[in-house]
Amino acid sequence: MSVARPTDRADAPEKPAVSPARRKFLAGMAGAAGGGCLMALGVGLYARQNRALAAQALRPPGALPEGDFLAACTRCGLCVRACPYDTLKLAAPGDPVPTGTPYFTARDIPCEMCEDIPCIKPCPTGALDPELTDIAASRMGLAVLIDHETCLNFLGLRCDVCYRVCPAIDKAITLERQHNARSDRHAMLLPTVHSGHCTGCGKCEAACVLEEAAIKILPAPLAQGRLGEHYRKGWEEREKHGGSLIGEQVELPVRGLEGKPYGDSRVGDDESPKPEQEDPADEHPTPSHPGINSRWQP
Amino acid sequence: MSRAAGKPLSRPGQDAIAQKGWLAAHKWLLLRRVSQLGILALFLIGPCFHHFAQWFTASRHAARWPAVADLVEKIRESGGLWFVKGNLASSLTLDVLPLTDPYIFLQMLAAGFTPAATAVTGAAIVAVFYLLVGGRVFCSWVCPVNMITDAAAWTRRRFGIHANHAPPANTRYGFLAGTLIAAAVTGTLAWEWLNPVAIAHRGLIFGMGAGIWFLVIVFVYDLLFAQRGWCGRLCPMGAFYSLLGKTALLRVAAPKRAACNDCMDCFAVCPEPQVIRPALKKAGQESPVIRAALCTTCGRCIDVCGQKVFRLTHRFDQRSSS
Repeated sequence: MSVARPTDRADAPEKPAVSPARRKFLAGMAGAAGGGCLMALGVGLYARQNRALAAQALRPPGALPEGDFLAACTRCGLCVRACPYDTLKLAAPGDPVPTGTPYFTARDIPCEMCEDIPCIKPCPTGALDPELTDIAASRMGLAVLIDHETCLNFLGLRCDVCYRVCPAIDKAITLERQHNARSDRHAMLLPTVHSGHCTGCGKCEAACVLEEAAIKILPAPLAQGRLGEHYRKGWEEREKHGGSLIGEQVELPVRGLEGKPYGDSRVGDDESPKPEQEDPADEHPTPSHPGINSRWQP
Repeated sequence: MSRAAGKPLSRPGQDAIAQKGWLAAHKWLLLRRVSQLGILALFLIGPCFHHFAQWFTASRHAARWPAVADLVEKIRESGGLWFVKGNLASSLTLDVLPLTDPYIFLQMLAAGFTPAATAVTGAAIVAVFYLLVGGRVFCSWVCPVNMITDAAAWTRRRFGIHANHAPPANTRYGFLAGTLIAAAVTGTLAWEWLNPVAIAHRGLIFGMGAGIWFLVIVFVYDLLFAQRGWCGRLCPMGAFYSLLGKTALLRVAAPKRAACNDCMDCFAVCPEPQVIRPALKKAGQESPVIRAALCTTCGRCIDVCGQKVFRLTHRFDQRSSS
């Protein structure tokens, strides 16, 4: 037994195994390491909790997907300085946007879609993708006509303002004609957004004449559904392959439609099935010809 | 000229003022404030003029002062007064010089993002500058939070607040590692959500919002809880820059240390008092140069010394009176 233990005072009476200086140093290092771990945990949790981007806050054109963007953006504000329309802002602590990152609110000042995209050029890190050179290809969000109850066109009026201000008029927003069942005499021209062309610039939301816009720009993941990877549209596949991929289908007879080509369910004027009984409560008797009963009397 | 017995440390530098005059006893402090505020001003002139021009041309004053309106319009047409755009995280000076904070650059790498060439160039320029001049020169000559913590330290001295629960001085290195780990784990620049330095500078230029409370917390912490607690114990940015400045050329030295009368004024004002002793008292080193990387090269010790013991010099200056 030649190893001196700290308690073995006979062997090493003066020198403790751990000197006070060394103990202090170790305590300091342990404190620093512990502080570092707490720091990492606190900061990580805070960042995790606050990484959500409010739905009405839109990123500048060319912004990387949100996860990458939060790793890439130094929060320097050079894009904000480059914007000629004061559209972009840097989030201050307390805003519903990760602190210091650039965003814009479409309802306040929408993106004017400059052709030279000046906000991307000064970005030092590539958080705004310099590969984006065609502003029409940018996807800042997606317009959604979110409220069908207040949109004036849905009420049967011809507001059309969102359609008129759209920089990609007739591509990103079209007016789709539909029968106005309420007045029955008129058409409704419904503003309809097409994701293939909408950049999410927000001009429609900014221009909407309502107190609260009926059309809003939402982040694309919030606005869009996604088909399962394995989904195929039969009609597209048939087109692509010049015929059905699953061969001829079994044709089962449909009662009442015997003698018609398979799948044709159209009913001609002369073959309308007669209603079995007139409803006596109905003051407008069903006319003899088929189709939608407008109940409109001149 | 030794310090009168019982003179409180609450007003260090009285001796120096008596010996050298007020201006000379505040030379480096004033220069530092000029540097801090001047850098801030360079960032602020652009946006301030932009907003002034917007307001002025729309106001009725434009008609009353046509000469001013003309001048404003001319400057506006020539592109405004943008000397430096951005903030300390990344900036663009005179549309040619890109700068990026190497600490944020490091966090970006930790988060798993490879930045574009401009940021690499900018970070390299800044890193080389501080490698040569002294990393923590950033802390005392550039960082806006320094003015807040200096104010807290001054208030502590004047009101005799002694409560001090400062964590160990090494805590900041743990914090530095912590911020990088947080960046790696979350895949984001997590620390930049909270970094009071970034919040202060960005806030002054782009709008402070609730960020003011982060700065109030730093001030109150330094004032009531820990002496020089933020800059001297915790700030991971300062820790990063101290590592960057380990071999810096610009240093404070105590060549006339033989004249030291032990008045302790330099220790009272120094934001990192532990760095002075080795050079001043030959504790573990012969050289009169303060070599500790934690020295911020603020020069306040030069100011407050009535015996003119200290001077700003280079790393290899071995001149010494003893």
